[in-house]
Amino acid sequence: MIRCGRTQNPNPGPPVAVIPQGEHMNDSYLIKAEQLTKTFPMGPTTLVALDNINVGFNKGEFAGLVGPSGSGKTTLLNIIGSLDIPTSGSMEVMGEKIETLSHKKAARLRNHHIGFIFQIFNLLPVYTVFENVEFPLLLQNIQSSTRKQMVMDALKWVGLADRSTSKPSQLSGGQSQRVAIARAIVKKPALVLADEPTANLDAKNSHNIMQTMIQLNEDLETTFIFATHDAKVMQYLKRIITLDDGIIQNDETPAKAV
Amino acid sequence: MLTFKLAFKNIYGAGLITWLNVIALSFAYVAIIFIQGLISGMTHQMETANINAQYGNGQYWHTLYDPFDPLTLEDAHGKIPAELQQLVEQKKALPILIRQATIYPQGRMQNVLLKGIETDQTILTIPTSSLAGDNGSIPALIGSRMAKTMGLNLDDDVIVRWRDANGMFDADEVKIVAIMNTNASDIDNGQLWIPIDRMRKMTSMPNEATMLVLHKDLHFNQPVSSWQYKDLNFLLKDLRAAMKVEAIGDSLFYIVLLLLAMLAIFDTQFLSLNRRRKEMGTLMALGMTRSDLIKLFTMEGAMYALLAAVAAAIYGAPLFIYLASNGIAMPKGVDNFGYGIGDVLYPIFTFDLILKTVLIVLIITTIVSYLPARKIAKLNPTDALRGK
Repeated sequence: MIRCGRTQNPNPGPPVAVIPQGEHMNDSYLIKAEQLTKTFPMGPTTLVALDNINVGFNKGEFAGLVGPSGSGKTTLLNIIGSLDIPTSGSMEVMGEKIETLSHKKAARLRNHHIGFIFQIFNLLPVYTVFENVEFPLLLQNIQSSTRKQMVMDALKWVGLADRSTSKPSQLSGGQSQRVAIARAIVKKPALVLADEPTANLDAKNSHNIMQTMIQLNEDLETTFIFATHDAKVMQYLKRIITLDDGIIQNDETPAKAV
Repeated sequence: MLTFKLAFKNIYGAGLITWLNVIALSFAYVAIIFIQGLISGMTHQMETANINAQYGNGQYWHTLYDPFDPLTLEDAHGKIPAELQQLVEQKKALPILIRQATIYPQGRMQNVLLKGIETDQTILTIPTSSLAGDNGSIPALIGSRMAKTMGLNLDDDVIVRWRDANGMFDADEVKIVAIMNTNASDIDNGQLWIPIDRMRKMTSMPNEATMLVLHKDLHFNQPVSSWQYKDLNFLLKDLRAAMKVEAIGDSLFYIVLLLLAMLAIFDTQFLSLNRRRKEMGTLMALGMTRSDLIKLFTMEGAMYALLAAVAAAIYGAPLFIYLASNGIAMPKGVDNFGYGIGDVLYPIFTFDLILKTVLIVLIITTIVSYLPARKIAKLNPTDALRGK
């Protein structure tokens, strides 16, 4: 068995998460992972991406999953976002068990309650800024006038109301990521998942993006969970969960945040 | 509607690739409609020519008459029954007497069908009025192909030999008084038309006929003793079968064309879907279901067919309208292939033909687009987001 690409003891003892089960667990969690394990087949062996994880997130948190590449942070983010399912254990997001969700229900959960922000923005190139932001609302069949208002509100939030007719190719990296943020928050989701959102941005843009998200977190009480190994992001986080080899090594609230 | 809008935006945004596919597919539309229109026009023209020149609105045959067995001609004649005679007198039916004969053009011996017809008839478009008048010799009318193959010209005299009702051979000279141009290939060659009155005398068959041709506007199919009614479906059966074979041969051409267009679309869709895996992952992350994705990408493919139909209409419609009204000049000698089309072929492009073609192409394109979309939509969203 390989754990995150490294050779493991063939007879490992029972995996132990750093956070003992129950310490952060209560029924009011927005997100709750219990004994969550995710493995990937890799030829004759198996790669353990997440190993018996127990973690919970409350509404309105501004938390980050940090750790080196291959530590399992993106995998955990994907499972929270119902883009993937655990191999064993349980992941509950807003009362929905991810492991038992049908494709349709998972898509609905993502569409209505979860916003995604990706490292490389993932904007749809043939759509304008407005249409990119509008897309999740189209899937929700929201009335045209309401939709337009919601899109313009989101674009105002990120300071791009004047670029609504631009195509993604006409935007800078920082502007593209702000469009992605607008797209993630336009439906006012309970949860925004951001995977390395500043990895392709310079320091100034990273700061602006993080400030925007902090503002949204405070104003809309949206829960933000980041996957990052960028120190520029970590300084803004109110909770830092350190992952390594698929195991939670540390779960702390930085003194600054307190 | 959302899928339609998104699909349109996607393929519109794809730019040049879209327009190349649309143009290629529009060629397939135009080619299919053009070929089918040609075949329809050809069939219609040949049917019309045959109806006008030999079939009318059906025929009554003497019960022994079999056009495919010349030996039956000996006995295939009889008095015209009263109910049919009434129609003849009203000029609604045209009696034709047929006998086997031999002619000797330029010393050669040729078997022909000797056909007696009323010179003042108006039921068939054969120029029988040229047979009118009595100048002593037997006036005869032949088709231009017969004139050519037998080396006969206007005012030529040729000896014809026949057998009368008693089986006795007789012979006389006939004068070629007219050479007709006809698109009905059956009567264009090997038939010598003379006035029926003369023929009845020559063969001692007063008031007899081998068949009666009904007027185009007459609907009469009552059973008559010793005479069989043959409707147009029966009479045109062989012609239609031949055209069907021709249509199958021609369809091979457009099937190949269609396959090439489909291959281009399949290729584009498959490559595009592979290239757009990240986009698919993003769409899934934004809340699209797999079935939504399949719908979207299938719709994109189907939209090629719709846009191609519009493109084909833009440049095809004026072309088709022009061809349908002005026709296509046929090369000389096309009749030698057995199709009596005439000098100009007028293709027929019906709404039915166009609708059928659009539907067939649309259905095939949709299937061709659905197959790769179905496969790709099974991707795991996380793999799709990584572009794997």
